[in-house]
Amino acid sequence: MRGWFERWFGGLIVVASAVAACLVFSVIPVSGQAPAPAYKAPRTKDGKADLNGIWEAIDTANWDLRAHAAAQGPVLSLGAEFSIPPGPGVIEGDGEIPYLPAAAEQQKKNFANRLALDPEVKCYMGGVPRSTYMPYPFQIIQSPKTITMHYEFAGAFRSINMEKPTEAPADSWMGWSTGHWEGDTLVVVVTDQNDQTWFDRAGDFHSNALKVTERYTPRSTDVLMYEATIEDPKTFSRPWKISVPLYRHVEKNAQIMEYKCNEFAEEVLYGKYRKQSSK
Amino acid sequence: MNHRVLASTLAAAVLLAAPLFAQAPAASTKTAPAAAVKTPAAAATAIPRTADGHPDFSGVFSNASAVPVARPANCGTKEVYTPEDLAAGMGGARGCGAAAAGGGRGGAGRGGAGRGAAGRGAANIDPETGQPALQVHYDVSQFGLDATHATRAASLRTSIITGPEGKLPPLTPEAQKRQADLRAYNAQHQWDGPESRPLGERCIMWPAEGPPMMPEGYNSDLQISQGPGYVAVTQEMIHDTRIIPTDGRPHLPANVQQWFGDPRGHWEGDTLVVETTNFTNRTTLQQAPTTDKMKVTERFTRVDANTVKYQFTVDDPGTWTKPWSGELNMTKIDSPLYEYACHEGNYGMANNLSGQRAVEKKAAEQK
Repeated sequence: MRGWFERWFGGLIVVASAVAACLVFSVIPVSGQAPAPAYKAPRTKDGKADLNGIWEAIDTANWDLRAHAAAQGPVLSLGAEFSIPPGPGVIEGDGEIPYLPAAAEQQKKNFANRLALDPEVKCYMGGVPRSTYMPYPFQIIQSPKTITMHYEFAGAFRSINMEKPTEAPADSWMGWSTGHWEGDTLVVVVTDQNDQTWFDRAGDFHSNALKVTERYTPRSTDVLMYEATIEDPKTFSRPWKISVPLYRHVEKNAQIMEYKCNEFAEEVLYGKYRKQSSK
Repeated sequence: MNHRVLASTLAAAVLLAAPLFAQAPAASTKTAPAAAVKTPAAAATAIPRTADGHPDFSGVFSNASAVPVARPANCGTKEVYTPEDLAAGMGGARGCGAAAAGGGRGGAGRGGAGRGAAGRGAANIDPETGQPALQVHYDVSQFGLDATHATRAASLRTSIITGPEGKLPPLTPEAQKRQADLRAYNAQHQWDGPESRPLGERCIMWPAEGPPMMPEGYNSDLQISQGPGYVAVTQEMIHDTRIIPTDGRPHLPANVQQWFGDPRGHWEGDTLVVETTNFTNRTTLQQAPTTDKMKVTERFTRVDANTVKYQFTVDDPGTWTKPWSGELNMTKIDSPLYEYACHEGNYGMANNLSGQRAVEKKAAEQK
């Protein structure tokens, strides 16, 4: 049983904390509005922000971009190991994906059949932006004319052209990436993706009219802010935006390893065609 | 059903066509055979360099080649042609013989309808209907897959494999047994399921992807990216990237095995030397099933603004009786790498297996 002193003292701590919090919170926004005392990233030899490194998102965006509570996973036998961890969501503004009515219906169908339909289950390349926040690392290799991104999942690869834009030869899974610098921010416009990739495991999808504008901004030595503005007039009523921090793998032995997952998807994709034992 | 026939025919056409491309004669190379194999160091000033002073390998290259892997027997120990030899019609699969015997200079690799199923005309009967089947053809020139579209690095070599013998050393007895066992298994089980199909059909790795990275016959393009402490080589074939750390770190633990192994690079002057270990024992190289003890050493040297000299040595005592080495040139091309979504578009696997199940079902019904 707690005595009056403890109650009083406990209350004091609460009050003190609240006062301290007010002070802190009231100070930060003011200094945040000062003319960009922003972090200045290390430079490459040609003077650009150095984004080289192995990066990975640590959140639940790949499960569902929207805020979501914990839930039973789609494979009951995996119990707690593959159930859905909760997440506060990564969509800016109202936190919603502004689907057109027909697309909203399609997303519900996708969700209901996600175990059969999610391209991740089949080891298909993740597309953009999903590849960025899948639970696998990716590596940025930066040179003045070209920046390449190498994703561990499905060995996906894309090459960002930093020179004069060129036309995509065809639609593709990883799209056609054209980049430029805005200060320390690498801005990449991704077009010409096919309509086969999803945004997450919750059935969120797009058409082949998708345009993604990505912004990679160094926030500190080991944190890279990733923002992606998504436009697709065939699927959404307005552009919307996600924001996901990426963290640097600082382990000395960090490396992108082989995740040739098509081998692991063969049973799912082709098991029904396997020769049945006739012995 | 027609779809299955079509897909199988396409797959067969590609498999048949690939060796033809590889044997296309040297005379059809677009580039002049000027850059000699053993270019002296005089060109050192002309090579591009990164800001940190290393040779800059970044860019898109083709390693397509008319040079056969093994030396044509009629070349004996001759390793390099003279320009006069080529003018006299030597080169490619014809080797050091006269031009007349080979014939069709520049013709091989054009592919086209004549080499596809359509060329067989009336013999192409749909077994289900008894009627002439859909007249399919695989016009490789239409898709830019044939050798005439590929930019090939000039080379005066008679074979990719170096040394006086110019061919692979003999297999060890154990490797011969592994190869025979594999062939015997395949003869009985090749259509059992996806894992009994070749790695290329499974979109895991193409036979020539290596390392050592050899010409594929088509899609022989690769993109090299270079940043501080890393060089990455992405082959267009199946979109496979080898990220090579050059920071001196040790290899992965030996129990960790990867299809493409675990590469580590270092600089020897202007040459990037890459040693790759940690292979699986599930791959083949030049038709030989290799072991997880294989070690491949590659040497990348910028010869001039457009050329990378690529040398390699394969050492796998469990497979070959001695190490073997090779050399080829890569040439810079003015093209992006195209995305090869091999697995994503692998309708052939489902079609082949389901087709085989249908054949078995029909055979069982006819008993």
